[in-house]
Amino acid sequence: MTDSKYFTTTKKGEIFELKAELNSDKKEKKKEAVKKVIASMTVGKDVSALFPDVVNCMQTDNLELKKLVYLYLMNYAKSQPDMAIMAVNTFVKDCEDLNPLIRALAVRTMGCIRVDKITEYLCEPLRKCLKDEDPYVRKTAAVCVAKLHDINAQLVEDQGFLDTLKDLISDSNPMVVANAVAALSEIAESHPNSNLLDLNPQTINKLLTALNECTEWGQIFILDCLANYSPRDDRESQSICERVTPRLSHANSAVVLSAVKVLMKFMEMLPKDLDYYGTLLKKLAPPLVTLLSAEPELQYVALRNINLIVQRRPEILKHEMKVFFVKYNDPIYVKLEKLDIMIRLASQANIAQVLAELKEYATEVDVDFVRKAVRAIGRCAIKVEQSAERCVSTLLDLIQTKVNYVVQEAIVVIKDIFRKYPNKYESVIATLCEHLESLDEPEARAAMIWIVGEYAERIDNADELLESFLEGFHDESTQVQLQLLTAIVKLFLKKPTETQELVQQVLSLATQDSDNPDLRDRGYIYWRLLSTDPVAAKEVVLAEKPLISEETDLIEPTLLEELICHIGTLASVYHKPPSAFVEGSRGVQHKRLTSSAGSGESVESPDTGSAAVSEAPPTVIPSQGDLLGDLLNLDLTPPTSTGPPPTTAPGMQLGAMDLLGGGLDSLLGGDIGGSPAMGTGFGAPPAAMPASFNAPISGGLDDLFDLGGGGGLTMGTYIPPKSVWLPAMKAKGLEISGTFVRRSGVIQMEMTLNNKAMSVMSDFAIQFNRNSFGLAPAGPLQILTPISPNQSIEAALPLSTVGPVMKMEPLNNLQVAVKNNIDVFYFSCQYPISMLFLEDGKMERQVFLATWKDIPNENESQFQIKDCHLNSDAASNKLQGSNIFTIAKRTVEGQDMLYQSMKLTNGIWVLAELRVQAGNPNYTISLKCRAPEVSQCVFQNYETVLKN
Amino acid sequence: MIGGLFIYNHKGEVLISRVYRDDIGRNAVDAFRVNVIHARQQVRSPVTNIARTSFFHVKRSNIWLAAVTKQNVNAAMVFEFLYKMCDVMTAYFGKISEENIKNNFVLIYELLDEILDFGYPQNSETGALKTFITQQGIKGQSQTKEEQSQITSQVTGQIGWRREGIKYRRNELFLDVLESVNLLMSPQGQVLSAHVSGRVVMKSYLSGMPECKFGMNDKIVIDKQGKGGTTEDTGKSDLGGGSSGKQSIAIDDCTFHQCVRLSKFDSERSISFIPPDGEYELMRYRTTKDIILPFRVIPLVREVGRTKLEVKVVIKSNFKPSLLAQKIEVRIPTPLNTSGVQVICMKGKAKYKASENAIVWKIKRMAGMKESQISAEIELLPTNDKKKWARPPISMNFEVPFAPSGLKVRYLKVFESKLNYSDHDVIKWVRYIGRSGIYETRC
Repeated sequence: MTDSKYFTTTKKGEIFELKAELNSDKKEKKKEAVKKVIASMTVGKDVSALFPDVVNCMQTDNLELKKLVYLYLMNYAKSQPDMAIMAVNTFVKDCEDLNPLIRALAVRTMGCIRVDKITEYLCEPLRKCLKDEDPYVRKTAAVCVAKLHDINAQLVEDQGFLDTLKDLISDSNPMVVANAVAALSEIAESHPNSNLLDLNPQTINKLLTALNECTEWGQIFILDCLANYSPRDDRESQSICERVTPRLSHANSAVVLSAVKVLMKFMEMLPKDLDYYGTLLKKLAPPLVTLLSAEPELQYVALRNINLIVQRRPEILKHEMKVFFVKYNDPIYVKLEKLDIMIRLASQANIAQVLAELKEYATEVDVDFVRKAVRAIGRCAIKVEQSAERCVSTLLDLIQTKVNYVVQEAIVVIKDIFRKYPNKYESVIATLCEHLESLDEPEARAAMIWIVGEYAERIDNADELLESFLEGFHDESTQVQLQLLTAIVKLFLKKPTETQELVQQVLSLATQDSDNPDLRDRGYIYWRLLSTDPVAAKEVVLAEKPLISEETDLIEPTLLEELICHIGTLASVYHKPPSAFVEGSRGVQHKRLTSSAGSGESVESPDTGSAAVSEAPPTVIPSQGDLLGDLLNLDLTPPTSTGPPPTTAPGMQLGAMDLLGGGLDSLLGGDIGGSPAMGTGFGAPPAAMPASFNAPISGGLDDLFDLGGGGGLTMGTYIPPKSVWLPAMKAKGLEISGTFVRRSGVIQMEMTLNNKAMSVMSDFAIQFNRNSFGLAPAGPLQILTPISPNQSIEAALPLSTVGPVMKMEPLNNLQVAVKNNIDVFYFSCQYPISMLFLEDGKMERQVFLATWKDIPNENESQFQIKDCHLNSDAASNKLQGSNIFTIAKRTVEGQDMLYQSMKLTNGIWVLAELRVQAGNPNYTISLKCRAPEVSQCVFQNYETVLKN
Repeated sequence: MIGGLFIYNHKGEVLISRVYRDDIGRNAVDAFRVNVIHARQQVRSPVTNIARTSFFHVKRSNIWLAAVTKQNVNAAMVFEFLYKMCDVMTAYFGKISEENIKNNFVLIYELLDEILDFGYPQNSETGALKTFITQQGIKGQSQTKEEQSQITSQVTGQIGWRREGIKYRRNELFLDVLESVNLLMSPQGQVLSAHVSGRVVMKSYLSGMPECKFGMNDKIVIDKQGKGGTTEDTGKSDLGGGSSGKQSIAIDDCTFHQCVRLSKFDSERSISFIPPDGEYELMRYRTTKDIILPFRVIPLVREVGRTKLEVKVVIKSNFKPSLLAQKIEVRIPTPLNTSGVQVICMKGKAKYKASENAIVWKIKRMAGMKESQISAEIELLPTNDKKKWARPPISMNFEVPFAPSGLKVRYLKVFESKLNYSDHDVIKWVRYIGRSGIYETRC
């Protein structure tokens, strides 16, 4: 029998011939013809024209022929829905067949025919099959419910199939249970809140019983479903764990991994001092190691998962370093993953072995692998201080091999080692310098230049070295150019006498001949720094650098927790949440680990030395990626929004300040982004980013135009009404009421002085006590004429913020002394803090993002603003009038989030996130500021501005 | 779940394509061909994401099997399924080759329909499948009602791997303990890593539904029995064959065929099961402690100037002198710029194979506690290539008639209460084979 011949017919008129054969009387010929049709279908030929002829062959006793026709039907029914109806009768009839195999085949195939009209006819047979006496039919029908749900969810609910499916969880046959669980889990995924699976101790017990009896695949379905359950207490989770652990000895790796997932999840519930907890940890290691003797593809999946497990619970595998040693014949994807885990497991105890291995790997053939190995040596040095010296000498050995990419990689990591252990290994610089010429990759060149600049005082010919790079300045990549600029400035500050010419040269190259704004801006700032105040320049440029962190590319704790809940799945292979690669509603639910409720201890405890996994604080910005995405969207539009508002006259000055402020911000921002040392913090945007990329682009644009358009119209500053500060009773007849105003950048105290006494008042003077923001009269109080009895006079006193400072309680309290010809009177008043908000308080977006992240979470405070009926745009406009600037806006699930910034006269920045939910008069505001004391005032100010 | 399954030949032509889910279109077939099969670079991962569609692939000779999905599926399960799929196909028609797949495409579609429903793997035990998916496929009507329900109950039942009513005149079973011993040794003779991965393969020809119990010299069991005072006479029930005098071995981890009752193993550490008929793998295990390394390789490489290398390799056998190792092969890598090689060896034959960049030294047989030596002079062409030769490790292949882990089968008891044969009537055979896995010594 050589069926392969069917693959080779490529004649013309084939369809016609096939048609004739399909209608032949001879059974054999018919079957041959259907086979040919299927073969053509497989290789991608369109044989849909034969639909009626093929369907005619369906009524047959020959099971093989029947299956072939079904296969054809599944492929083409959708393109020929009307014709597909022809098949319905046969299906319905087959569903009643005596042979359970045929009943199952019919219901299985019918579910695969995704034509609406057919689904109607499917319901009755399906109902019967769900209650069939034969388990084979029932297990097939269970899956069929999921198929039908995929086509027409409403129908499935209306027909009550979901309930029948739930009943099947209690079926006597384990395979029926398993398929019912699989079907329900899938349906539940598209109904996140339906509580379809309704896992309770009873059902869990049934599942655990079925787990022992069903096929390997069924065990996987059940374990994956179990992982979604949250046990009520630690006792329940322990008993589930006990019944799941035997699965760790299953030959099927997927069963093992799914069991690991359940255990890792439920382990969170167990108190750490429990004996069982330790036992469980010990039980997990051997099966994980065994996974590494599986086929390479499975090894890869296992390693990606182990990478997560090691980050979450390093104690499990800490003694198993050796199994991750790379074998010569491992496929490259296995090698790279093993290397990653080796570094994670590296510790003082095993570092010698690890290093010996890494050195071995660095002589391999695969370039990526070698590079990673070299980088790994550097990471070991940074991670295990005791090994640093050995690592450095290993790297030097590798540099001696003169293999180009090894040398380059080594230099990049040595730079990091210098940063981590300053003033320790600088003796190797001479060796590094020998290889200057062979560096052709930007990262390596930049690293080398950084080293030369940083240690310019120890390198005799530093100026020559840097000069040699300068020759081809314009051909270098930006990274190198920026680094070169900085290095030469450093050199100049260290050895000013010999290098004046060089620094002139690089500054002019950077500022005059370059069209890269980052480079130019950095050049200018150095230039100005150097020309105005060389001492300050030294402080800025040669400032002490912050230490770099030990662990690199750890997965963010919340993501890690989510991924642990997805062990074994694609998410764990990609190290991305499912929402990043799954379309539609499926898998968008975020899973979280639930930690032990009973013991009340946090997941993180120092004695276990687990990777820092803290309960994530309630962050206001959902994820860096999202906001970044949004901000980038904003960037797409022309910069109209930053321009000065067109209508208000005093805006001119304001605009100018804004421009300046913006420029400065971007300059700082560029600097941060461009410096390679800090750049790592910004790199590697989280996985969620691509997901959020698609939809909101147009939204972002609209928002922006709203901002720009609305900005100019309602720019009125809110001025609180005057209130009585000093009653006449207390001041021998002088009544002072007043308020504060900020007009075109100038703060004024506007007062009404009312003479309620019997005599004339004159010789007014005013003085402030020291206060929180250094407010002080900018000039004398100008009341030129004496005030006669019952006369009142308006006075405006311009204020400056350069007076003496003392912290007041409340912060915005101001104590004032007024003198006249009668006496001296004292009163205190409170000024709205918005008086102190500068016109250039609009932060550059990236700076905002960085600052927000940078300010520790303890400095964050949240407030509620009640009964505010503005929409977000109106609120934004209103606030802008008080110099509270909206930087970005995004809309998540009907909730608008405004990101705002303001700057106080003393240079303190306040960042805010305002959440406005349509239809809800209560706003939530979160404030972040390096000086958290101001938050309360700022909040009050928000409230007054928004409500007036 | 799995959205579709494709099989390609080495050129990237589709041999089999079965789509289970609507979200997988025909273009997915081409996407995989273009991005993976025809990709310029070597494949960097067995999972590829192309335009939000994930492709899992495995290769068997030059045939590609790819599973496609758009959901967050259980990745380990997909690969296990692909391997299983290969096993099933091999059981039906032998080697997985383009020719065989084309010849059996109808059968493959039939199998795919049965073992994957809406992308969910179903019972894929060949034993069960063969009862109702046959090459001829016309069994449908000829079966009696009883036969039909027997099939379905087997496919869905608790013992899905065995059908009832099997009869043999002679009840017989064969146990093969197959071990592969892996070693990575430093040039100085330090063991960097060593482990044995073993398999117990059973061929059973037993009537009825026999209940079996398998025992080995597992340290945990032996220790437990020693404490409990219920020591069996191990000498009597020992089925013999092992070479080392070790009493018990520490097993790091083991996994079992699905017929073994795992909960019983977990609680009592006893291995009990109803075996499938015919050949199957009962268990896999891994040990790392007290491994008998059958051979020791001592390399000596000396660079004489820039154009000459002197290599001397000594191998020592390390087991009972009465035992014989077979199929010994030592592979000594040579640099890429080798121009000529002269070899002298005391035993066996050695040849320089230019195409493999290695000297291959073969010895047919070697007894225990012996040693042999090869020396070679390698002439090199002068090159400008600064890159140093990576010096791949020296690898070894061999086969020895004992289990390097020290594992011994203590008993395999068969109980079949319904039929009239007892444990004593069953003829049992045990064989131990130790083979080299990745057995490398760096030089």
